[in-house]
Amino acid sequence: MSTLTEAPPPLRPAATERKAPRSRGRWTPYWLLLPGILWLVVFFALPMIYQASTSVQTGSLEEGYKVTWHFATYWDALGEYWPQFLRSVFYAAAATVLCLLLGYPLAYLIAFRAGRWRNLIMILVIAPFFTSFLIRTLAWKTILADNGPVVGALNSLHLLDVTSWLGWTAGDRVLATPLAVVCGLTYNFLPFMILPLYTSLERIDGRLHEAAGDLYAKPFTTFRKVTFPLSMPGVVSGTLLTFIPATGDYVNAELLGSTDTRMIGNVIQTQFLRILDYPTAAALSFILMAAILFMVTFYIRRSGTEDLV
Amino acid sequence: MEQFEPDRLTPAQVAAMRRSFRNGRAALTRRSLVRAATGGALAVGGLGALSACGIPAAGKTQGGASAEDRSAEEKVVNFSNWPEYIDVDDSGKSRPTLDAFTRQTGVAVKYTEDINDNSEFFGKIKPQLAAGQDTGRDVIVLTDWLAARVIRLGWVQKLDAANLPHAFTNLSPQFRNPDWDPGRAYSYPWQGISTVIAFNKKALDGVEVKSVSDLLDNPRLKGRVGFLSEMRDSIGMTMLDMGKDPGKFTDDDFDAVIARLQKAVDKGQIRRFTGNDYTSDLTKGDLAACVAWGGDIVQLQADSPDVDYIIPAGGYMTSTDNMLIPNKARHKTNAERLIDFYYQPEEAAALAAYVNFVSPVDDVKPYLEKIDKSAADNPLILPDRAMQARSHAFRALTQKEETAYEEKFAKLTGA
Repeated sequence: MSTLTEAPPPLRPAATERKAPRSRGRWTPYWLLLPGILWLVVFFALPMIYQASTSVQTGSLEEGYKVTWHFATYWDALGEYWPQFLRSVFYAAAATVLCLLLGYPLAYLIAFRAGRWRNLIMILVIAPFFTSFLIRTLAWKTILADNGPVVGALNSLHLLDVTSWLGWTAGDRVLATPLAVVCGLTYNFLPFMILPLYTSLERIDGRLHEAAGDLYAKPFTTFRKVTFPLSMPGVVSGTLLTFIPATGDYVNAELLGSTDTRMIGNVIQTQFLRILDYPTAAALSFILMAAILFMVTFYIRRSGTEDLV
Repeated sequence: MEQFEPDRLTPAQVAAMRRSFRNGRAALTRRSLVRAATGGALAVGGLGALSACGIPAAGKTQGGASAEDRSAEEKVVNFSNWPEYIDVDDSGKSRPTLDAFTRQTGVAVKYTEDINDNSEFFGKIKPQLAAGQDTGRDVIVLTDWLAARVIRLGWVQKLDAANLPHAFTNLSPQFRNPDWDPGRAYSYPWQGISTVIAFNKKALDGVEVKSVSDLLDNPRLKGRVGFLSEMRDSIGMTMLDMGKDPGKFTDDDFDAVIARLQKAVDKGQIRRFTGNDYTSDLTKGDLAACVAWGGDIVQLQADSPDVDYIIPAGGYMTSTDNMLIPNKARHKTNAERLIDFYYQPEEAAALAAYVNFVSPVDDVKPYLEKIDKSAADNPLILPDRAMQARSHAFRALTQKEETAYEEKFAKLTGA
């Protein structure tokens, strides 16, 4: 390699000239990858190592924390906070299903029926992102206010009696109940469901629908046998993009929920900022990550769609 | 008076401190190097990297608290405060009292509103202070319990009484001797905060609220009662209602209060434990009554006539937000002059008239009357002697107690 740097290009011997592009080429991919690798190391690998270390430390703020390989923290944290874990998974799953039920028809509409309104509807789907997540969640407190029109209508239809009996709401209000938290999660993550659904629906060739019709398939059969299977990539990535962040969310539970709707994100926040139990907070984060990873892997395997994401 | 004397170290002491500082640091580095090397020798999938992490003991590792004071050369002071906690003129661009300070002293103020939450702010400045580094801030404003913690950790500097003549004379007797900073050696209050019971007359619909017991027990308020997520306010108010003194209580007393609140949570009586966001719930009527902060109530009353407050017969809690000078601050003298400036009654009056919290400065009344007569008569801004007599402060907690109590309170609020 030293000849390369010493000799100016035109004077290079023929042999090196043949080799040069190849040896330069061997390293090029790595140089191009370097920014990405550095980014991953600094913002992913190092924090993960630090967090892993924190989770097996013991000590206190005043005495300092030392690594003592105290793995019992994991067991204790799980034993103490499993209800919040289950609740998070349940709320996130409910929100994901709701997002799918709401998002699929809308994405279908945008992809096949919207015509010249398509761009306008897409903008309406994305527009909420222009304001802050926090403000949008706070807005739901006004929408669902006890004396507001929405809750008033639900009450006069006696729908809240049903949800109250199911344990989703309490009395004649919606705010500060599980239903409010799930609604908030659904609202906040709906665009993450619609966008991937739209992209995979939009790619479907319209002639396939015609072909299905030629083969005497009724519209519903066409949807069941043609459209839905072809949109599976969108369904899988949409549900993942909704479920994963919803599980770790704590803003909705904090603002729209009550004491019995706190999610695992709230617990981690409290442990880290108020109780200053850094090991437990780190252990809880790792358990959450492992749980999500496990569930997602299982889900992708089951839907047989490794090539989708 | 003695604790107000500034620390003067002999040259020998200074040299000794420097020595221990260097040795201490070197020792630490060697230790972590050895630890890392051992880990590396083990070479078991990143174990070494894990062991090399670890958080050094807070406050104990750094040697010198103060940095070289550059107040004379750099005519500036960096002041970190909470949002909307200072007077602003009608244009919304300048802050009259800060401008007056600059005119009077020639020291420019870099004012930043970057404290939104005590716990969060602690997380933000902890790494620098624990490592003995400058935070870039000369004055920070922290609530009692966090002020107590940073003093306990040795992360703030002792104030020089010579620079604080007004503060020393004019500090209201009520705030002179908190058990976590006797004689105010490290901190001076920015504003005081009364914790009271607030209610929305329309939402109450004739239900009478006179005490915390009414909040916890009246079935007609089920699901429409709010408590604060600030442990000391919620626990303190309930403790007073149970006839116990938040200034001196035992673990059993604390547990009894938790049990009392837990019963109300289980019944569905308490709707939420809130931070500042209770104000919108209260004006909308989603909360009929709640434990609330006095300054907020003064401001809410200006806009919504339905909001009112009472001070329960059992007494109420008072806390303070305190100005402190973090370790290694570059402009300590300027910072002290700023603290002292706000203890001149006319400046304190201008501030109190705008922010509506309890003024910690004595003899503000005549000045405040000139600016705003109704504010001067409002006991939430200037508590009279009778009201001050019913005010209580939460006692300082040891680190062990703090962890245990916060954990129990977190469980109560759903973890």
